[in-house]
Amino acid sequence: MERLFAIIVGNILVTNFVLARFLGLCPFIGVSKKTSSAFGMGMAVTFVMTIASFVSYLLYAYVLKANAPMLVALLGGESETARRGLETALRTVSYILVIASLVQFVEMFLRKAAPALYRALGIYLPLITTNCAVMGVALLNTTDAPTPLALGEAVLQGFCAGVGFTLAMLLMSGIRERLELMAVPKPLQGVPIAFVCTGLIALAFLGFAGMV
Amino acid sequence: MPLDDLTKGIVRSNPVFVLLLGICPTLATSGSLQTALAMGLAATFVLVSSNIVVSTIRGAIPKGVRIPCYIVIIATFVTMADLFLQGYAPGVSEEIGIFIPLIVVNCIILGRAEAFASKNGVGASALDGIGMGLGFTGALLLVSFIRELVGKGTLWGHPVLPGYNPIAVIASAPGAFLVLGFLLGLFNWLGALRKAQ
Repeated sequence: MERLFAIIVGNILVTNFVLARFLGLCPFIGVSKKTSSAFGMGMAVTFVMTIASFVSYLLYAYVLKANAPMLVALLGGESETARRGLETALRTVSYILVIASLVQFVEMFLRKAAPALYRALGIYLPLITTNCAVMGVALLNTTDAPTPLALGEAVLQGFCAGVGFTLAMLLMSGIRERLELMAVPKPLQGVPIAFVCTGLIALAFLGFAGMV
Repeated sequence: MPLDDLTKGIVRSNPVFVLLLGICPTLATSGSLQTALAMGLAATFVLVSSNIVVSTIRGAIPKGVRIPCYIVIIATFVTMADLFLQGYAPGVSEEIGIFIPLIVVNCIILGRAEAFASKNGVGASALDGIGMGLGFTGALLLVSFIRELVGKGTLWGHPVLPGYNPIAVIASAPGAFLVLGFLLGLFNWLGALRKAQ
């Protein structure tokens, strides 16, 4: 129970993916001009992150980890370094392929089920493939340090990381909608002032640091 | 002009400050000069190698599956960089953490493969990769120079400002956003100034 609480609060507030871990900044800056599209993007990312956590965990635990010693033995070695190296080598390639196909699936599903949302998200939906938050949560779930996660915990972490991302997107889009009406100095208009605001939000989120 | 392929990435279309690509690793690894340099060099290696391979086999890749092909090529070089750093610089590798495997989703690399290497020759693509890589490394070093100096009072881990009381927030997460935001503003201002002349 304590662990679950730590995962929920940790991923949403304390080590928020955008504000503390620097993951998923391209869509964060790119789609946060309007609250409606920010919310849609957040939902799409949460959905993809939850499924990606599930699939990548199964891939890691039952394919990569289970078969790495066998593959190393086939190649004629038995060292621990070779096993870890092989896991690393296959992890990057297999995760990115799984995530890329997942995003394709979500894109097809949304085009059919929610055309308005599909149009609103525009080019950013295929870009979830190269959204480092999705790949990042898959990698964080399956690194053994400090304590290995169980399947349920990994999925929960994926979901909460997505909720944290959506929270940051919503905060940012609210601020940016107001910034449109402000007299911002010319060189800072647009993206620079968005980064400065993000810095201030991140500063506020530092206040959660003692919670977990 | 071949030299233009090399130089355009360094200042005129700098990936970080002008194209706004690769922001995540820029912020995440700019806490100290060491991690920034390691990240910059690893990304440059991947960028140059993947540009060369993509432009070499650009005729053989069917159009419909080009993105997955690029991703597999990039992932191969990322894995090489990852294993190299784990083997020869385990401390730095530990500190950068997941951002080394995350080079695979760095928009600069996929962007250059799609926008440049798939349409140009091997030599030009290699130069483009070197230029963009240098631009990325330069941007990382600039951000990390400011963050390390102001946030920790050190450079490359050595204290350089005796009696200076470091502003710790600059070295932590919020400081990264603030420094990058103001640097972008500064470059916009300089750009506008030069245009006005």
